[in-house]
Amino acid sequence: MHNVIELTDIVKTYQRGEITIPVLHGITLSIEAGSMTAIMGASGSGKSTLLNILGCLDRPSAGTYRLDGLDVTHCSRDERAEIRNSKLGFCFQHFHLLPRMSALDNVTMPLDYGDSGLSPQQAQDRGAELLAQVGLAERMDHEPAQLSGGQQQRVAIARALVNRPAILFADEPTGALDSRTSAEILELFRQLHTDVGVTVVLVTHDQNVAAHAKRIIHIQDGLIAA
Amino acid sequence: MRFYRRNIKRLISAAAALRRNVMRSMLTMLGIVIGIMAVVSIMEIGNGASRTLGKSIQSMGANMIMVMPGAAAAAGIQQGSGSAPTLTPADVEAILLDCPAVAAAAPVVMARTQVVYGSTNWVPANMFGTTPAYLQIRDWKNLDEGECFTEQDVRNSNKVCIVGKTLVTELFADCSPIGETIRIQNVPFRVIGVLSRKGANVMGMDQDDILLTPWTTLKYRVSGSALGQVNQSASAGSPDGVNSFGDPYPRSHLEFYPTLTTTQMINTPRQTRMTTVDQICASSVSTEKMQMAVDQINATLNRTHHVRPGEAGDFSLRNMTELSEMFGSTTALMKSLLLMIAGISLLVGGVGVMNIMLVSVTERTREIGLRMAVGARGRDIMIQFLVEAVMLCLIGAMIGIALARGVSMVVTLLLNWPIAASLPAMIAAVSVSILIGVGFGFYPAWRASQLDPIDALRYE
Repeated sequence: MHNVIELTDIVKTYQRGEITIPVLHGITLSIEAGSMTAIMGASGSGKSTLLNILGCLDRPSAGTYRLDGLDVTHCSRDERAEIRNSKLGFCFQHFHLLPRMSALDNVTMPLDYGDSGLSPQQAQDRGAELLAQVGLAERMDHEPAQLSGGQQQRVAIARALVNRPAILFADEPTGALDSRTSAEILELFRQLHTDVGVTVVLVTHDQNVAAHAKRIIHIQDGLIAA
Repeated sequence: MRFYRRNIKRLISAAAALRRNVMRSMLTMLGIVIGIMAVVSIMEIGNGASRTLGKSIQSMGANMIMVMPGAAAAAGIQQGSGSAPTLTPADVEAILLDCPAVAAAAPVVMARTQVVYGSTNWVPANMFGTTPAYLQIRDWKNLDEGECFTEQDVRNSNKVCIVGKTLVTELFADCSPIGETIRIQNVPFRVIGVLSRKGANVMGMDQDDILLTPWTTLKYRVSGSALGQVNQSASAGSPDGVNSFGDPYPRSHLEFYPTLTTTQMINTPRQTRMTTVDQICASSVSTEKMQMAVDQINATLNRTHHVRPGEAGDFSLRNMTELSEMFGSTTALMKSLLLMIAGISLLVGGVGVMNIMLVSVTERTREIGLRMAVGARGRDIMIQFLVEAVMLCLIGAMIGIALARGVSMVVTLLLNWPIAASLPAMIAAVSVSILIGVGFGFYPAWRASQLDPIDALRYE
């Protein structure tokens, strides 16, 4: 298995006026394709910053980042947008579904921004297929407000997968859910990982959630703790 | 194809975004609606006004060119414009032959004298001897009754005339005058036609107070010396000359040949070798070719009158261009003033759009963050908001145009003002609204596109 993510000596500092705030102090890390990894750390440990860099939402101050064999360290805003669109999928704690849009439209929304080359019909078909995969075949026309939290997160997962990304990032995916739905969602991640072979990176501060992953990386004060 | 499809998608999603908050979209549109409505209805009413004005100037003869003879002057005494007998019927022929921009030309002989029918009499404001072409020049070819005299009548100096509506009222008490005989300076004329009503001209003068005869008849058969006399009984027309108190030099009446009776004189009109007419009326082929026609007539008459280059001609040209330009500029001024006010309301509407778009961007920060996270570039976000703004303005413009049509119809119904639907105004309204959409939507859209996805996603 090749490494889909390779970080070398990643440093991130924020400039707040005169003061420089170092957040990541040099992280070297690789994640295998097809793996399920959890990144753990207390709040303020720098795990969100690491996720932003991994997710191409932000650029490291120093170090190199190779994503799927491609050096993305110095990509421009638009290039990173394209990479996010074609190679990465995101699930957020608060789902971030667009209101007053059907579940199906929410799922196919990312296709509007890329060169997927799909016809509208094909896009609809793929969205429907993914919704069926996450168990929402019956609720495609529902708007987010009509769905429960767990169902909303399932829609968000389907949306993250619509462009067949290399990696699925989940940022506290169960943070807003009760324990029973959390278990269901985590089970869904595991399923996607084993059955479909999606590379999953979970970011969490919850030991129980992290336990679902094969590999757990602890972040402490901007460094990987042993 | 994909480009097309993507744009359709953009339109649909913009429409969905506007529909998400119907009430707010409507209120935002209101400014644009009112602005566009004001602009379009002002244009329509203004156009209607200038069209009516154009028509009334046209009825005076918008394309009419008048050629007046120059001023006679002897021993330093100027007689005023039109006093020199320099224009001849041959000039009319020359103009018709040599000026392609001239549609028609007619000589005019003028008189102001009494017309008698039975026991009533009247002095028409305009008594013109001319040719049938005159009616074409005045755009007055549709007669109410009867017909116009012909070229044949002109050649034979036939004693026929056509009269205006005012004369019908004053002389014939509104009965049909066709076939009746009236007398001008004791010369009997048969009425063969009645002109249609034209009303007062722009100056307020009654255009229907008119009598037209062949110019040869008026020139030769109606005694030339008396044409300036308003009152027949006061004219020295009595051949016996019994009362000679007013004449201190009776000998000047000494005639070497036997005096002709009035009847004899009428029956044997003496054509002077050099005939002059008082005026020449001509019309240009179109209003656009007016200047060309004027130049051509000038050149032709300078040639026939042997005017040397640099020397002033013995004639002058008048046309309605200045008058219509004056009226036109007045209405244009009014229209542009009103348009300016309407434009300000459009501007205010545009600011309203910007306001709401800014609110919308702030409100949808998380949506923007999410769209960026899943791969929307700044440009995509910007286009999305621009399309929304433009769509808002366009829909507003459509409603505004529809309302403006309604407003102008109500105005026509209630105030009886003329209106003219103006396609250019509508096209302008639509393009202006697009411009407003882009102009005032740009800043909010640009702000949206500059958001950082990380911050935007975290925005509460």
